[in-house]
Amino acid sequence: MFMEDSTPRIALQDTPQGRLFVVQGAWTAAGLTGESVWDALTAQLQGLKDGGASPAGWSLEQVGKLDHLGAQVLWNHWGRDWPAQLQAEPSQRAVLETVAKFSTDPPKPRKPDWSQPFILLGTRVLRLLDHLKGLVRLIGQLLLDLIHLVRRPQDGPWRDLSGHLFHIGATALPITALVGFLIGVVLAYLISQQLRQFGADAFIVNILGISLIRELGPVLAAILIAGRSGSAITAQIGVMRVTEELDAMRVMGIARGFRLVMPRALALAVVMPLISVWTTIAALLGGMLAADISMDVTPSYFINSLPAAVDVANLTLATGKSVVFGVLIALVGCHYGLRVKPNTESLGQGTTASVVTSITVVILVDALFAVLFKSVGI
Amino acid sequence: MSDPIVDIKKLWTVFPNGEKKAVVHKDLDLTVERGEVLSLVGGSGTGKTVLLRQMLGLEKPTQGEITVLGRPAAELGKQGAASRVGMLFQQGALFSAFTVLENIAFPLRELKTLPRALIYEAAMVKLQMVGLGPDAADKMPSDLSGGMIKRVALARALIMDPPLLLLDEPTAGLDPESSDSFVSLLRSLHRDMELTVVMVTHDLDTLFELSTRIAVLAEHKVIVNDVPKEVVAFPHPFIHEFFLGERGQRAMELLREYPFTV
Repeated sequence: MFMEDSTPRIALQDTPQGRLFVVQGAWTAAGLTGESVWDALTAQLQGLKDGGASPAGWSLEQVGKLDHLGAQVLWNHWGRDWPAQLQAEPSQRAVLETVAKFSTDPPKPRKPDWSQPFILLGTRVLRLLDHLKGLVRLIGQLLLDLIHLVRRPQDGPWRDLSGHLFHIGATALPITALVGFLIGVVLAYLISQQLRQFGADAFIVNILGISLIRELGPVLAAILIAGRSGSAITAQIGVMRVTEELDAMRVMGIARGFRLVMPRALALAVVMPLISVWTTIAALLGGMLAADISMDVTPSYFINSLPAAVDVANLTLATGKSVVFGVLIALVGCHYGLRVKPNTESLGQGTTASVVTSITVVILVDALFAVLFKSVGI
Repeated sequence: MSDPIVDIKKLWTVFPNGEKKAVVHKDLDLTVERGEVLSLVGGSGTGKTVLLRQMLGLEKPTQGEITVLGRPAAELGKQGAASRVGMLFQQGALFSAFTVLENIAFPLRELKTLPRALIYEAAMVKLQMVGLGPDAADKMPSDLSGGMIKRVALARALIMDPPLLLLDEPTAGLDPESSDSFVSLLRSLHRDMELTVVMVTHDLDTLFELSTRIAVLAEHKVIVNDVPKEVVAFPHPFIHEFFLGERGQRAMELLREYPFTV
C-alpha cells in the first residue's frame, strides 16, 4: 500500500453509507512518537469529540499501518467500545480485538495513609538495630576465625591475604603520598604565616610534628583507604552475591567469614599502620619543604628538633589507632557487601553506604581516641 | 518480493587472540526475508551469538556489511531503535531497579512524546499478550521465575511492534513445560504480528517447532540456508551429528508432525 503522507490523522469523508471518519497515516509506535505528531493528533481527536458530529462510522481501510499502540489510541478514543459501524481489514480487526481483550488500567500505586510515617520510622529503627546486630556478629565471627587461625595456621587463606596486601596496600602508595605531601605543604605554609607574626618560627616543627604524626597522617590515610578499598570490598562481595558465588561457597561448606572477611580484616590491620606512616612521612616532607622555602627553617634543623618536639608515645598511639581504623574499614565494607541483595540497585546503594559509613566511623573513633588519650604524649 | 529484512554480505569477523588471530567468520553471506523464522545453528565457537550481536550493531564486524531493514546495522543504536528491532537476551536483561510494567514501558517512555497513561495501557496489553496476568505488573524482576522473566523481556522487546525480533537461546534455562508454552507463544506472536524472527538455539525441539528456515554455520560461513527438511538432508559431518544423533532422532518426530505450511 503506497502512502504519500505517513502522519497519523483522521479525515471526514462523505460516502454512500453516510459520513465516515477515515483513519489515515501510519498508526504505529514509530509514527505516533514522531516529532510533535502526538500533540497534533490529540488536538484533532479532541476537536472531533467536541464537534459533536456523530458520523455513521469509522473506516480503517486507508490506514497505512496499524499496530497495537495505534489501536490502543483508537480504542481509547472510542471510549473502550466498538463503534456502531467499522470498516476494517481482518488483520486490523484482529489487532483491535487483542487490544480490546487486554485493555485494563495499570494497577494504581497504593495511597499513603496516616500510619505511613510511623511505619517508616519503625522500619528505620529496626534497620539500624539490624545493622548493629550484623556488625556485632561480624566482629564475633572474626574473633572466632582468628582463634581458629592461631590454632591451625596451615588452614589460613594466606594467598588471599597476600593478594589483599598488594591490592589494598602497595597500589595505594602513590595516591596517599601525593595527598599527604600536598596537605603537608599547605599546612606548613598557612601556619608559617601565623607564626611569623609572633616571631615563633621554630615552633613550626612542634605544630607540624604533633598534628601530622598524631592526627592527620593516620586519619588522612584511613579516609583515603576507606574511599578506595572499603568501596572495593563492598563491591567485590556484593557482586559475589549478585552472581550467586556466595551461595556456591556456602554449598561447598566454605565459611565466608574465614575466607572473605578475615583475610581482608587482617590485610587492612597490617596495611593501615604502614600506609599511615608512609602518608605521615610524605606530609612531613612536604611541610619541611614549605617551611624551608617560606621561613628559612632548614631541613637539618627540622629533622634534628623533631624527636624533641614529638614524644614517642605519639607514634605508638598513631599506630594503634591505624590498626583499629583498618579493621573497622574492612568490617564495614564486608558488612555492607554481605547485605547486598541480588540486584544492581542494591549493589550501588550498598557501596555508597559502605563508604559513607566507614569514613564516619573512622572520624568518630578518632574523636574517641582523642578524648581517651588526651594525656598521652603531649 | 520486497527487500530482505537482514542482508549480510562478505562478512569477516576476526578476534585478536594473543599472537594468533581467531577467524570466526570468513566471507559469510546471509539474507533473511520478511516473515521468516530463521534459526542459526552451529557448533560452539562458530560465532552465532556474535552474528546476532553484529545484526544489532553491538559489535562491529572486521569487514563486510550488514544491512538491517535497509539501513547499516551500526546505525541501529539510535533513538527509537526499539520500533525497528526487538531483542530477547538470553538472561532477559530486565532492569532490576524497575517493576515489570516499568520495564515493558521503558522504551516508549524514553521517547518522552506520548502521555504516561497511554504508555502504561499499551504496556498492560503487551504484558497480557505474552500470557501474564495483570497482577504481575508491579512485581520486581527479582521476584519472577525464569519463564516469567523471558516473557516480560519478550513483552519489552515487542512494546513498539518492531518488524524484526532477534532471540538468543529463547528456551535455554527453562523447564520443558515452560519451554513448550514459550515456543507456542512465539509461534502465535509470529503469526499475529507478522514478525520476522532470527534466533540462535541449541534446543532441537524449539528449532523444529519454530523455524521456517535453518542456517547452519560451519567452516566460518553459512554452509546451508534452507527449509528444515532440506537442511537435515544436507551432507555435512556437523549436520549429520547434530540432527541425526540420538537427540536429533527424537526431535525429528516433530518434523513429521508439523509439515511446515507456515
